[in-house]
Amino acid sequence: MNNSVAKEKIVSLRKKRSLEDMRFKYYGFTAMCLSLAVLVFLLYTIFSKGYTAFQKTIVLLEVDYNQEVLKLTPDSSDEEMEKGKFFRVKKQAIENFFPDLSKSDIKLVKKLFSINVDNEIKDYFLDNPEVINTKQQIWVTAHSDVDQLLKGNSRRDVPEDRRKLNDIQLSYVDQLVEENRVKQVFNNFFFTKADSRHPEIAGVAGSFMGSLFTLFTVFILSFPIAIGASVYLEEFAPKNRITELIEVNISNLAAVPSIVFGLLGLGVLLNVFGLPRSTPLVGGSVLALMTLPTIIIACRASLKAVPPSIKEGALAVGATKTQAVFHHVVPLALPGTLTGTIIGLAQALGETAPLIMIGMIAFIPNIPTGLTEPSAALPVQIYLWVESAERGFQEKSAAAIMVILIFLFMMNAIAVFLRNRFERKW
Amino acid sequence: MSNSKILANGVDVYYGSKQALFGISMDIKEKEVTALIGPSGCGKSTFLRCINRMNDLIEICKVSGSIKVDNEEIISEKTDVVSLRSKIGMVFQKPNPFPKSIFDNVAYGPTIHGLVDSKNELEEIVHSSLKKAGLFDEVKDRLNEPGTSLSGGQQQRLCIARAIAVNPEIILMDEPCSALDPIATAIIEELIDELRLNYTIIIVTHSMQQAARVSQKTCFFHLGELIETGETNKIFTNPDNTKTQDYITGRFG
Repeated sequence: MNNSVAKEKIVSLRKKRSLEDMRFKYYGFTAMCLSLAVLVFLLYTIFSKGYTAFQKTIVLLEVDYNQEVLKLTPDSSDEEMEKGKFFRVKKQAIENFFPDLSKSDIKLVKKLFSINVDNEIKDYFLDNPEVINTKQQIWVTAHSDVDQLLKGNSRRDVPEDRRKLNDIQLSYVDQLVEENRVKQVFNNFFFTKADSRHPEIAGVAGSFMGSLFTLFTVFILSFPIAIGASVYLEEFAPKNRITELIEVNISNLAAVPSIVFGLLGLGVLLNVFGLPRSTPLVGGSVLALMTLPTIIIACRASLKAVPPSIKEGALAVGATKTQAVFHHVVPLALPGTLTGTIIGLAQALGETAPLIMIGMIAFIPNIPTGLTEPSAALPVQIYLWVESAERGFQEKSAAAIMVILIFLFMMNAIAVFLRNRFERKW
Repeated sequence: MSNSKILANGVDVYYGSKQALFGISMDIKEKEVTALIGPSGCGKSTFLRCINRMNDLIEICKVSGSIKVDNEEIISEKTDVVSLRSKIGMVFQKPNPFPKSIFDNVAYGPTIHGLVDSKNELEEIVHSSLKKAGLFDEVKDRLNEPGTSLSGGQQQRLCIARAIAVNPEIILMDEPCSALDPIATAIIEELIDELRLNYTIIIVTHSMQQAARVSQKTCFFHLGELIETGETNKIFTNPDNTKTQDYITGRFG
């Protein structure tokens, strides 16, 4: 009797326990689905807003490379050609863009073209000097307003005074579409040009290079220091109050808001040491300071994960402490160390606030070629573009986010690859 | 007394404020196997690790007293720990080969001590060490494979080969068979018997049978004190101390 009651109790309890199990599994699954949904939504928003930035609108323009207008001759040298009067050719081409344009209409038509058209006409000529005194049909970049209209990003059914293009310009654009004199192609400018005031010729190349130089500086500065500091703290430092204090403070530093490091860079690196403002050198130094604690913590964790028996084995055959550490412990900790460093670099890549403090937010229309040249960085570029009123910059900022995400994704992939490649079993 | 290899006198060990060893004095003879036995936590491993100063790794561990190896004091600030450890090899409880090739495992010691001038010499040392450890025939075709790919018993013999390679005079073994199966244990015990001809061996073991099989001298530790030391035969058949008697007959421990 008693026995069967006890059995029943056990059975019902077991049911309850297995139910608990099920419930927990279900909760976990829901949580995962939820976060996945948010991620998908985020990526979808970015992609749907940004994919149009990878295309640009070009317009077919008939250009007459008349030698009188250009003030060149077929025998002109390269230097003379550089100085040809291409703006006059362009002016003429626009005047003849549609038959019988009035003066006021010419002004309106001119606004359908990018400011870069002068350069495109010139580059075409410099590449093909034999076209002098001929008429050429050239595809040139359209103005961002036309681009946005044709991509459907700006609406045409709003009142005229709230539109970038007025009714006459709209009818011209429609005419171009009808005559197939306008099309959309891959936007090479986005990947080859630096920032610009004109959305149609603004690109991420400048800020991408800036970020690359900055990360290079971060790596060069933080990796050796972090390895040195963590190896010392983990393997050599005596365990006393002072090292304990240092350890606590490293953890504290990892939690210091990044803007504080930016202020440090502004106050010390720029004002005291007088390093050049807005440069990857200063940006990288500041970000290196910021990521150092993170990397040190990761390095120490991976050093700690190496079984002490390996070190003991080395010491027991008569290795010195330094030999035991550098022959055995550090190589075994290296994959974890590299992973930690890359994660630190990824953190540095996405950091904006400290870069703003040291002036990397300046408008830099050139692609930097060195550590001491003023440059932007990807996250700051995104910030700048998001803030811009021009509609054309909206898709650009979404596309720049895609670039930085892919950059981050690749860095993490490298971290995973290194970890799997060099991880050893013991 | 002329062939005494290690002479310990009044060795006290503290872990922080806790005393782990109380005035251990011991005389270990050359080319003999000495077994240290006793219940867990009695300090036998601690004493073993004093002999090659492995306790230095433990921050809170303080050792006082005197241990002389070949009449040279080793419990002193002036002791050159590196040369001491090249003279006294150690084999640990859990096999701990380096995550490198079998060859590199054995070659590491001779290389860092500069015992070899050429690749051939190194190869010779590695081969002879593996032979002495009775492992050569099993691994001669795969010296480039990682040491960690071997079985537990083979790994332990690899660790013995690694210790032998630097040509030590003494080998300390800290429960070398506790992680091994009976067959691997038997092989290692046989090996210890052979190594006795050339090396002084001190072995910590939990297995009374093992101590009886491999050792000539046995020391019984209890609660940090050396209770009894003597010929293995005598300890296991007719101990002087009742505690020893109780332990070896399995009444406690």
